[in-house]
Amino acid sequence: MNVIIMGCGRVGAELARLLDAEGHKVTILDTDASSFDKLPPDFGGTALLESATDEEGLQKANITEADAFVAVTREDDKNAMAAQIAKRIFDVPRVICRIYDPLREEFYESLGLEGISPTVVFARLLKEKLEK
Amino acid sequence: MYGMIIGGGGVGYYLAKELLDNGHEVLIIEKDAKRCERVEDELGSISLCGDGCEVAVLTKAGIARADMFIAVTDEDDDNLAACQIAKQKFNVPQVIAKINNPKNERIFAKLGIENTVDGVALVLEHIKAQISTFPLIHLLSLEDKGLEIVLIRIAEGSRVAGKSVGDLCLPLSSVVSIMIRQGQECQVPASDTILEAGDQLVCLIPGGSEGAVQAMLGTSGQEESG
Repeated sequence: MNVIIMGCGRVGAELARLLDAEGHKVTILDTDASSFDKLPPDFGGTALLESATDEEGLQKANITEADAFVAVTREDDKNAMAAQIAKRIFDVPRVICRIYDPLREEFYESLGLEGISPTVVFARLLKEKLEK
Repeated sequence: MYGMIIGGGGVGYYLAKELLDNGHEVLIIEKDAKRCERVEDELGSISLCGDGCEVAVLTKAGIARADMFIAVTDEDDDNLAACQIAKQKFNVPQVIAKINNPKNERIFAKLGIENTVDGVALVLEHIKAQISTFPLIHLLSLEDKGLEIVLIRIAEGSRVAGKSVGDLCLPLSSVVSIMIRQGQECQVPASDTILEAGDQLVCLIPGGSEGAVQAMLGTSGQEESG
């Protein structure tokens, strides 16, 4: 699978590491060069200093050849905008974005985006643990 | 009418002022507490400190009864998110976004936000209008008609100086509507009016043909070297 990840924070870097280790083609984008320090030394994918809310940045990441796009910056709006560009303008088959705000996640789902709200997921996990 | 403004920076502040002066009800939603304070000090209690992209904040601010929603922050992704929520979730009748990256106009339109104002392009055009050597100034886009209204300046040495209006090779369906000649009243030129250096023409041209018009106006010197 050819995957583009936007945002090289803890989650982005870890996802990139996992996919790369399994032999997938990974391109990870961030606008802060020091964020790439989180990638492991043997990372075999591509790290690009680009913004994914910018068409040109996405083109440099060869988005037209991507099978999946994942947006995990710390800002909901950036994730939502990049995900919509990937899905609506470049027709990437699978697009997932992180949306912290549960109300906004609901809204983006109504627009056809696949969102994950860490707020909701983590609260649910905690509750399950407590009930065990 | 009730107008909600997202972003209390320079544009948001002066827009709020204008809307208030025109008798509208206005609310500015701004993340930065200092900016909110400034708005409150100058314009009264018309600000809400919060994130204008959050559904909960917008609901609390009464978006359900808003007539206008205008997002003017410096971040395009924030303006897009706020406008999409206003338009697609709350059906606000009039939704306008400021765009900071000119390339985003097309993306916004594709994602459902057609009413955009490109701040950078506007400032650029105003600066170009003040610099007399620019031969073509963009005045207005009639987007639904696919037309642009432009100001053409005939420069000294332009290859069209000395030619008649009818001999201008403007793109098909262009109209030369007004001629401004120094020391004279504005006039509607006839096709045999001879153009002089220093003349200015207000023209209607098809969208996207600005480059071709600019090339047509070039100085004869450029033509020889080219």
